[in-house]
Amino acid sequence: MMLAIKEAASDMSPYVRKTAAHAIPKLYSLDSDQKDQLIEVIEKLLADKTTLVAGSVVMAFEEVCPERIDLIHKNYRKLCNLLIDVEEWGQVVIISMLTRYARTQFLSPTQNESLLEENPEKAFYGSEEDEAKGPGSEEAAAAALPTRKPYVMDPDHRLLLRNTKPLLQSRSAAVVMAVAQLYFHLAPKAEVGVIAKALVRLLRSHSEVQYVVLQNVATMSIKRRGMFEPYLKSFYIRSTDPTQIKILKLEVLTNLANETNIPTVLREFQTYIRSMDKDFVAATIQAIGRCATNIGRVRDTCLNGLVQLLSNRDELVVAESVVVIKKLLQMQPAQHGEIIKHLAKLTDNIQVPMARASILWLIGEYCEHVPRIAPDVLRKMAKSFTAEEDIVKLQVINLAAKLYLTNSKQTKLLTQYVLSLAKYDQNYDIRDRARFTRQLIVPSEQGGALSRHAKKLFLAPKPAPVLESSFKDRDHFQLGSLSHLLNAKATGYQELPDWPEEAPDPSVRNVEVPEWTKCSNREKRKEKEKPFYSDSEGESGPTESADSDPESESESDSKSSSESGSGESSSESDNEDQDEDEEKGRSSESEQSEEEGEKKKMKKRKKVPEGQREGSSSDEGSDSSSSSSESEMTSDTEEEQVEPASWRKKTPPSGKSAPAAKEISLLDLEDFTPPSVQPLSPPTVVSTSLAADLEGLTLTDSPLVPSLLSPVSGAGRQELLHRVAGEGLAVDYTFSRQPFSGDPHMVSVHIHFSNSSDTPIKGLHVGTPKLPAGISIQEFPEIESLSPGESTTAIMGINFCDSTQAANFQLCTQTRQFYVSIQPPVGELMAPVFMSENEFKKEQGKLTGMNEITEKLTLPDASRSDHVVVQKVTATANLGRVPCGTSDEYRFAGRTLTSGSLVLLTLDARPTGAAQLTVNSEKMVIGTMLVKDVVQALTQ
Amino acid sequence: MIHSLFLINSSGDIFLEKHWKSVVSRSVCDYFFEAQERATEAENVPPVIPTPHHYLLSVYRHKIFFVAVIQTEVPPLFVIEFLHRVVDTFQDYFGVCSEPVIKDNVVVVYEVLEEMLDNGFPLATESNILKELIKPPTILRTVVNTITGSTNVGDQLPTGQLSVVPWRRTGVKYTNNEAYFDVVEEIDAIIDKSGSTITAEIQGVIDACVKLTGMPDLTLSFMNPRLLDDVSFHPCVRFKRWESERILSFIPPDGNFRLLSYHVSAQNLVAIPVYVKHNISFRDSTSLGRFEITVGPKQTMGKTIEGVIVTSQMPKGVLNMSLSPSQGTHTFDPVTKMLSWDVGKINPQKLPSLKGTVSLQAGASRPDENPTINLQFKIQQLAISGLFTPHKPGLFWTLQGSWN
Repeated sequence: MMLAIKEAASDMSPYVRKTAAHAIPKLYSLDSDQKDQLIEVIEKLLADKTTLVAGSVVMAFEEVCPERIDLIHKNYRKLCNLLIDVEEWGQVVIISMLTRYARTQFLSPTQNESLLEENPEKAFYGSEEDEAKGPGSEEAAAAALPTRKPYVMDPDHRLLLRNTKPLLQSRSAAVVMAVAQLYFHLAPKAEVGVIAKALVRLLRSHSEVQYVVLQNVATMSIKRRGMFEPYLKSFYIRSTDPTQIKILKLEVLTNLANETNIPTVLREFQTYIRSMDKDFVAATIQAIGRCATNIGRVRDTCLNGLVQLLSNRDELVVAESVVVIKKLLQMQPAQHGEIIKHLAKLTDNIQVPMARASILWLIGEYCEHVPRIAPDVLRKMAKSFTAEEDIVKLQVINLAAKLYLTNSKQTKLLTQYVLSLAKYDQNYDIRDRARFTRQLIVPSEQGGALSRHAKKLFLAPKPAPVLESSFKDRDHFQLGSLSHLLNAKATGYQELPDWPEEAPDPSVRNVEVPEWTKCSNREKRKEKEKPFYSDSEGESGPTESADSDPESESESDSKSSSESGSGESSSESDNEDQDEDEEKGRSSESEQSEEEGEKKKMKKRKKVPEGQREGSSSDEGSDSSSSSSESEMTSDTEEEQVEPASWRKKTPPSGKSAPAAKEISLLDLEDFTPPSVQPLSPPTVVSTSLAADLEGLTLTDSPLVPSLLSPVSGAGRQELLHRVAGEGLAVDYTFSRQPFSGDPHMVSVHIHFSNSSDTPIKGLHVGTPKLPAGISIQEFPEIESLSPGESTTAIMGINFCDSTQAANFQLCTQTRQFYVSIQPPVGELMAPVFMSENEFKKEQGKLTGMNEITEKLTLPDASRSDHVVVQKVTATANLGRVPCGTSDEYRFAGRTLTSGSLVLLTLDARPTGAAQLTVNSEKMVIGTMLVKDVVQALTQ
Repeated sequence: MIHSLFLINSSGDIFLEKHWKSVVSRSVCDYFFEAQERATEAENVPPVIPTPHHYLLSVYRHKIFFVAVIQTEVPPLFVIEFLHRVVDTFQDYFGVCSEPVIKDNVVVVYEVLEEMLDNGFPLATESNILKELIKPPTILRTVVNTITGSTNVGDQLPTGQLSVVPWRRTGVKYTNNEAYFDVVEEIDAIIDKSGSTITAEIQGVIDACVKLTGMPDLTLSFMNPRLLDDVSFHPCVRFKRWESERILSFIPPDGNFRLLSYHVSAQNLVAIPVYVKHNISFRDSTSLGRFEITVGPKQTMGKTIEGVIVTSQMPKGVLNMSLSPSQGTHTFDPVTKMLSWDVGKINPQKLPSLKGTVSLQAGASRPDENPTINLQFKIQQLAISGLFTPHKPGLFWTLQGSWN
């Protein structure tokens, strides 16, 4: 068995590993001696990176070794990040395990709020305020946190909270509840509010789910009342609810009642009293009593209401009211002589024992307020004593004793009669009580010491009972657990540990972590990655310098996508990280492009004549018939290109000074370059030989095209392979923004190789790419040899299929293989198109609604001038500028390479620096990412 | 986790039991029967019943109690959610989930249960995967199985099980690729006797039937996503995408599923499209009372109100009712005192009404309360939330409401 499990745990298929995890608790229950070995297997499986295994192995962990919290450290971040993709059942188990883990590893986020908590008023308003902020402002609240108090949340703690939050929208009630309890136990006060909405949603589910949720809400509402107050109406009771749900809702309503909402709550209660469900009515009356004790302002109103209920025709209602009135009266008996008299009259009619007993107790307790009635009541009760229920009999004895002590003249005989009756009662309790009372109050010859104090014993002032929720003491159980529901420890329940005083070392979690990890510090991440890869690959040893990272990063890319099968969820889950990375990349890139901008201007001045020259040269070069159409096309476009340029020149924006106008015209030219590029790309029918010709043409024969275009190349050089990792081979790449000659849908990437080793590198080529669906690569021709110190450039085309997924492939030499990956910034997935202002407006009109993405931004002073804006936008995205009538609006247009969807970008900049960026595109994803990128570039 | 499952019908017979770990004796259900007796009504049976050695967690659906037995601490919702999933699966397999159907398909039921839980821990709960493992029964297959002696158990491991999209099987092929989305919105309102709305909220669900080839990746965007106050999704929907862009992006399961359910924030008052006038009076001298109900449309935007059903729980003292409706049919159950009136369509020209007399038990006191009235109705092709505007044929909107 053990061997089989061990073997299965290292199987290739994640499904086999999953079932191996399922087998662990089975074996453990059969033979618990194997625990140590099983823990080893669990440890191994915990390190598994597939979502399929995660749920099952944590389940096994919980069954076999929940105390081995140290096994989780290394996997904590991975579990947090995988959580969202794990199946629902696994999510529940993982979340509850992580709750316990977090309680042992992080500091309490509320430790500094305990001061506030002592002052309920203040705490209450605090939570109200947080509620108003809503879930959206969570980050803001978190940001405000450190300023308010010295506590700073561990980033891992934050990670857990952030990654579980979307699960509040799960369809599974169990998952929602698990997240809710996690937030309740772990989140800072300000953030707990987000769970209320989700819990309220569960109230529309099946009644069993409602039952469990309401139990938990009842507990939460005692501690964090502000959280559920906005949802008060959701707890209103429907006549179709089962009784147990009604009673729980009532509990919650009572907990939520406060000074401000009590009128509406009481009005609701009034309607409930008319319900046909008697148990529910009784509970409602109890609830009114609790409201009355908690909120002093309405005590008299409630009491009056309850007294009115005494004339109700339903006996149960009356009885329940009596019991509640008794409790209320105890708080301020003096003023309520009238009510007691009224109650005394009721003894004739009420048959419910509890109510009768309550009345008798009240009369006895406050007999001095009703000196005339009390003896009469005792007389009546003595008459019917034998027919009464036990509980009533006891109270009759009690009443008799009290009256005897205060008013012995009138009641001496009656008391003795009652005591004699009780002496021969069937119930031993009553016999005992009677004997005890007689000894105590009737002065005997011995004159016991106690009888002198009888009055003190019987008529001592009694503290008023505190009516409080039965859920008050439940919060020491973990919410959502069976034990909490039953308010008793269930077998196998694990106490939720208290927060530690001192945070344990957070670095224990700093181990592996592939690329999902959200880490603010890139350096830190690099450090973390290495050991992980050295573990799994066994080749990139820890001695390697941090320089090897690009390689290992790309490895992780290829791995993550291959694991996720279709490759869709990998980009999905690490989107955020990629964004972060991209931002990083872009910041450096934009610096570079500023430098380039200078060069660009220099070169652009020559552009127009060059363009003309090119037209003629390509005409000359078109010997073969097949290429004639091609050259025609190019020449056409040249004309097209020149024409608008001249048109544009004629209409410089009015109201500008001369130098500015000149600059603009220059910039316009610059922006017209890309349009010339697009039509140059050969139609798909073009033969390969022609493509080769063209390639030659563009690259060597006519030097003008590269000179035209290379300055516009969007991203700066990016490293593909570092020379250390590449054993002397360093590879960089740039997005040249030239059309790729073989296939117009491809992005052309210039790859620069340089050999810094002392031996020639031979046979450089691309080997077996592992590509996500849709992405294809046109490899560069094999480079036969690269001698030491030499550099060369190759061009390859990648069809990214309009997505920013990375293209992963191998770079092979004769001796080695390197895994590399190229991920395009979104701006490189498009090519500029030229269009007139009217066309632009027409197209924009077609792409409204959800195809339009708008973002407001403020331009920093440094980037308000026209050319900076234009340059920054074009550096970020390969778009062409569209002429525009007004001076403070910028328009750019392009088409995505693969699908040819239009991408229209409008920037409306006010002189004050406020600006609005609008992107219209059919490809919403591209649109949104583009907006993000451009805003980023502009605001830097 | 889950030890055993008992299925108990409304008359208190255990007609199916299944154990995943050791066998738990049936006698454990005695505790359940006790609680059932105490609760008088089936809905009132507490979902969690502690017994000395076990805990019984039950759900009540389709007049069957599904009682799970557990021994150790488990989040109760985990078990309850699972039991509901079992019921949903049965419904998916057999069309209806009732005692005779379960008895007829007992083999399949056991096979399904065996797959759904492994040692008490849920294993395969997605209906798409289950259906690949165990084929749903059809008449033809039953005949073939009886002759050849084969079973419904598939001999291949479902491919979906291994992928990151466990809800979808691979290699789906359709000649006609089609996807239907059905939006159902419900108003849930409590209206007091003077006719003013106490609470009203709109809840909606989008049920989808997707029959597309391959691995389609769909996106769905809303005209006005801000209206959606609170949503819950099928696991196939990408949360991140929704959070950042308010776009539903998903790889759908094959066949029918509930894509999302949502709640529309009720900041603005919901216009309720119908009204009810009622008048019940009792004369003190006799044991007869008069009863009248009229239903009429209000703000329906020109749509007809259909499928109107009025139900009302009469006070205990009511002996019988002799009523005559202007349209539709009505029934009164003297045992449960439940009056139900199936009105059908509302014709605005001639409002439906139900009139008649109520006879009370001799000697019974006059009921002091007005009975609550529940009203259900449907309006096709109208979305009360304004989230959707009907613009494509083939999609339709249904509106249901109930209140008292």
